[in-house]
Amino acid sequence: MSPRPFWSPLWAGIALGLALFLTFVLTGHGLGASGFFTRLTAEVGQWLAPELTAANRYLGDYVRGEPQQAWITWEVLGAFIGALVGALSGRRFRPQVERGPSSGVGSRLVLALIGGVLTGLGARLARGCTSGLGLSGGAALAVGGFVFLICFFAAGFLFSFIVRRYWQ
Amino acid sequence: MIWPLYDSGVASGLLAGFLFGFVLENAGFGSPRKLTGQFRLEDWSVFKVMFTAVIVAALLLWLSKLFGLMGDASYYVPTPFYLAMAVGGLLIGAGFAIGGYCPGTSVAGFAGGRIDAVVFMIGMVIGTALFAAWFGPLEQLYLATPGPQGQTLMDLTGIPEWLIIIVLAAMAWGGFKLGSKVEQKLGGPYQASDLYPEDTKKN
Repeated sequence: MSPRPFWSPLWAGIALGLALFLTFVLTGHGLGASGFFTRLTAEVGQWLAPELTAANRYLGDYVRGEPQQAWITWEVLGAFIGALVGALSGRRFRPQVERGPSSGVGSRLVLALIGGVLTGLGARLARGCTSGLGLSGGAALAVGGFVFLICFFAAGFLFSFIVRRYWQ
Repeated sequence: MIWPLYDSGVASGLLAGFLFGFVLENAGFGSPRKLTGQFRLEDWSVFKVMFTAVIVAALLLWLSKLFGLMGDASYYVPTPFYLAMAVGGLLIGAGFAIGGYCPGTSVAGFAGGRIDAVVFMIGMVIGTALFAAWFGPLEQLYLATPGPQGQTLMDLTGIPEWLIIIVLAAMAWGGFKLGSKVEQKLGGPYQASDLYPEDTKKN
């Protein structure tokens, strides 16, 4: 079965803007993602090294928990379900390691891991990610959101030159 | 002022997330080849979708305040920490180009069956743990150069909100025109049929 086409960027952007606005109306804040991974790290930490995690000045707050952090867990679970419905209904669900044609599975997974580590560090430093700070901060016309977005695109172009052969 | 509803419940989270994930996947943002195509200039979907979403949501927020549906300081505007947000943006941009995702799109990638998205998520947990472990030496950078609380582009420039939205829309329109021209020249953008071979055994 051939996959259904993607939505055009304009319509996808309008739909994303409406979903983002609805989130502001419902909750008083925008969409996010990296907060969930902070919470997940605190959970994993509590399991692997409970005393170290509880004593940590950064993660300790997450161990104690706040309602806002529970919301983002449900939101990310919802995002997973929504994307799964999208992939299945669009006939685009494929178990795979997605990579460029000249890239091997091993090198792709190593790069995915490195990219994830940099992203995890960056999201904590910036207090948000492309969704929470870039998209939601951008919609709130926050200066911080645009500072983030400009640097995000600048570094993306720079590092893309270094790794482009892995994708092409 | 009937909005926001300040609903932090389970249903509100699931609904907002469902729409978020459904739109990301349908935009093709589960695919790291399509996502990173932005930085090879072959596929401008990331710029187009993000910019459109920001403008649509900003316009609706402005209209909500104009018609008295929403209070002026009723929703969350992040306070800038210029240096930390700049360095964090650089790290996430690098992570996106190298790893193929950002946190939200990795969830969409995983939901579409991608193992590399799971590995990216494991990397994010490691990165978050490293940040926590190094919080002592990083704290100075984390707290450096704070801006005014909830600073907006209106606060910074003195330009009214409606005019900022018009300027952003004009920039987006230019970006759409330029992007469509460049991506066609470079053989893009990625279509679903390019990214999902019909015979799944090939994967």
